Amino acid sequence: MTSRRGDPPGPAAPSSDRAAVVRDALAVGVATGTYGLSFGALSTAAGLTVAQTCALSLLMFTGASQFAFVGLVGAGGGAVAGALTAVLLGVRNGLYGLQLSRVLGVRGPRRLLAAHVVIDESAAMAQGRSSPALARTGFWTAGLAVFVLWNLATAVGAWGARSLASPQALGLDVAASAAFLALLAPRMRGREAWAVAVAAALVAVAATPFTPAGVPVLLAALVTGAAVARRPGPAAPPPEPAER
Amino acid sequence: MTALWAAVLAGAAGCYAIKLAGLSLPARVLRNPRVERAGALLPIALLAALVATQTVTTGQRLALDARAAGLAVAVVAVLLRAPFLVVVAVAAGSAALLRLL
Repeated sequence: MTSRRGDPPGPAAPSSDRAAVVRDALAVGVATGTYGLSFGALSTAAGLTVAQTCALSLLMFTGASQFAFVGLVGAGGGAVAGALTAVLLGVRNGLYGLQLSRVLGVRGPRRLLAAHVVIDESAAMAQGRSSPALARTGFWTAGLAVFVLWNLATAVGAWGARSLASPQALGLDVAASAAFLALLAPRMRGREAWAVAVAAALVAVAATPFTPAGVPVLLAALVTGAAVARRPGPAAPPPEPAER
Repeated sequence: MTALWAAVLAGAAGCYAIKLAGLSLPARVLRNPRVERAGALLPIALLAALVATQTVTTGQRLALDARAAGLAVAVVAVLLRAPFLVVVAVAAGSAALLRLL
């Protein structure tokens, strides 16, 4: 790999390591692409057009936010509540960016491009690599593979489901819940995660009869604020020895 | 332009702005443990609320129907570490089956 200006110094990665990272990142891209199928189908079943569905995958390009948007719109929630929830779910991408910026070392137009593919999968594929070069390989390979396959699969799913007469008869209304569950499950580590999840679910259900559709989920986001304010966080981890 | 299109574009712009801000802000923002914890807990709160409301509410009413059974099947699939698409498919399939009976 040719070193770009501004790359942090690091030992050159053996090509076998690099091949392994590329292989892992492509596998993640394929796996993620397949659930683009379900996103496309759910989105048109929720009442979005094929064009709107594809626009979400091309422009929003962050799975959980997209599922939330179409889930809320499909449940009769306002489009504004859908967009707000999508943006709140996107906050974690900002945190990934903070962690990634030093190792990626991107500026100018390249940074504008890199930002678009900062998602769960690309951040995960950059983490824990033995060198910055391998981290960059993981990030870009996973980010671009997911982008291409996610958008192709979205279009196929949306097109295939656009003429379904009765999404409910096919159980597509529960498919959204199952999708949220599958996105939630890997994050459920530790007692605090469970406490926040249960409290948020209770707040949202309890608020449902009294607030317009979509608002209960936004109210549940306040549980996070309460949890963080109640107890100061754990001490910041010591800086890694490799850091400047 | 319809309201739905406007929401699609505004939501997409918001999500992109957050991604770009992450790559552009100084990394020391992350040193604040509250920021880090809020970042980890926010998606948990939102996703849990979405699971709950999409399963047991219809409009502004609470409703227990085939969706709850479908979600129970999804929980089992998640515990068995089934891939994403399988979790979604078995949940939808079992709800559809229940409605047929």
